[in-house]
Amino acid sequence: MGDSAGTAVSLVMSMALLAWAAAALDAGLGRAGRRGRRAGRCRVRDAVAETVAAAAGEVARLLVQGRRRTLASDVLLVRAGVVALPLAALLAAVVLPVGERPVLDTGVGIVWFNAMEVCVWGALWLVGWGVNSVNPLIGGYRFLVQGLSYELPHMFALITVALGAGSLRFGDVVAAQRGLWFAVWMPVAFVVYLISALAMAFWGPMGEPVGRNVAGGVPGELSGPDRLVFTAGRYALLVVVAAAAVPLFLGGGAGPLLPGWAWTAIKTAAVLGVLVLVKHRVPAVRMDRFTQFAWVVLIPLTLVQTLVVGIVVLP
Amino acid sequence: MSGAFWALAVLAVASGVAVFVVDSMARATFALLVSLLAVGGTLLLIDLHYVGVLVILMMVMEMLVMVVFMIMYMMNPGGLMPMTMVHDNRTAVLIAGGVFVLLAAGVFVTPWPPARGRPPADPTHALGLAIMEGKMLVMIVIGVAILATMISAVVLATHRGRYDR
Repeated sequence: MGDSAGTAVSLVMSMALLAWAAAALDAGLGRAGRRGRRAGRCRVRDAVAETVAAAAGEVARLLVQGRRRTLASDVLLVRAGVVALPLAALLAAVVLPVGERPVLDTGVGIVWFNAMEVCVWGALWLVGWGVNSVNPLIGGYRFLVQGLSYELPHMFALITVALGAGSLRFGDVVAAQRGLWFAVWMPVAFVVYLISALAMAFWGPMGEPVGRNVAGGVPGELSGPDRLVFTAGRYALLVVVAAAAVPLFLGGGAGPLLPGWAWTAIKTAAVLGVLVLVKHRVPAVRMDRFTQFAWVVLIPLTLVQTLVVGIVVLP
Repeated sequence: MSGAFWALAVLAVASGVAVFVVDSMARATFALLVSLLAVGGTLLLIDLHYVGVLVILMMVMEMLVMVVFMIMYMMNPGGLMPMTMVHDNRTAVLIAGGVFVLLAAGVFVTPWPPARGRPPADPTHALGLAIMEGKMLVMIVIGVAILATMISAVVLATHRGRYDR
């Protein structure tokens, strides 16, 4: 019991640390980008350092800021949505192995991860609808379309992993990759997972639910602690979708010299860094086009991937 | 265990009642979702982990699609005016009460068979075998065929907008 409590504490701590790092890198890249690309890497480093300090100030400001209320908003639904976002991220994280074992070692971990991650659809729609304002409403509905687009290829990618490992338990999936990482022999599933990771966390090119062309979208009317919890939840979600790629495709904590938890952290940070970089390098994706691409191209591709994996594991 | 069951049972029924009490379609949808999630939680209590989590996953997705249509089609979508989810109350109460009494009587009158065997070590595996053993190929082919039908139906039905390509 004491051991699992320790695991839970380290899970929450590492999630918070990685979320902070992702936010700092994101804002640092944004600042460096505004100052011009010619400046090079040292400018990014300065900008990240500035951002770490600025983020602390922003947290303090949001904590004491008064709440701005819209007319006839549904406070109950907004609060439920705001709280559901970090909660869904946390509940999705409890089945991911931190080092040796996850906090909740269940035999249906992959399905649980998927179930918690679709709760984000509810969180965003509730906030977008509840504040009774047009831009958040558009953002909320955008995310539902996005969810329906990424979810089917995403599920097939997860099913492929489960098929390759012969189990829905994250621990078994990691154990099945002792010889060869799934990222190597299931490249299509890995790429589809990364695309859907962006979509799940409404991040970068898939960030239209909170896009600038709808004035910030879903959290547009949130202020004070509500905005803080929503923003923290979004970064936590980004960390969780990046962290899940490690046991699913990158061999979990396996690696030379260092202990398992260190490799898990290094790989998670690497995936997270890639996701943050993608945000600053790739333009926004139009969701109606992505829906067609996802259903007509990605689903058949993932089905073929599943078939290939199925043939390989058949005997 | 028993306490958790009763908590979930009360939550399921109470939020089921709330669906017909609240005056906003959004609240009604999410009250229904809470009710269905409580049912999923009950399945987890009897160690049907796969079925329980699957119910949670499917119900969240389903209700999030449902909310679009419920708000689109129902009267008073914003909940800004008084609205009621029930019509012809007396008949409805009579029918609902009658059905409840019938089903509850069935629970107590039916001679339930005694449990045979023991729960399997891995209920997920046993469930998969129970559904698909021997018919695995057929089930998989039908599954892919249904998916392909759904996608092609949507693709064919989509009306191209003015700005599409």
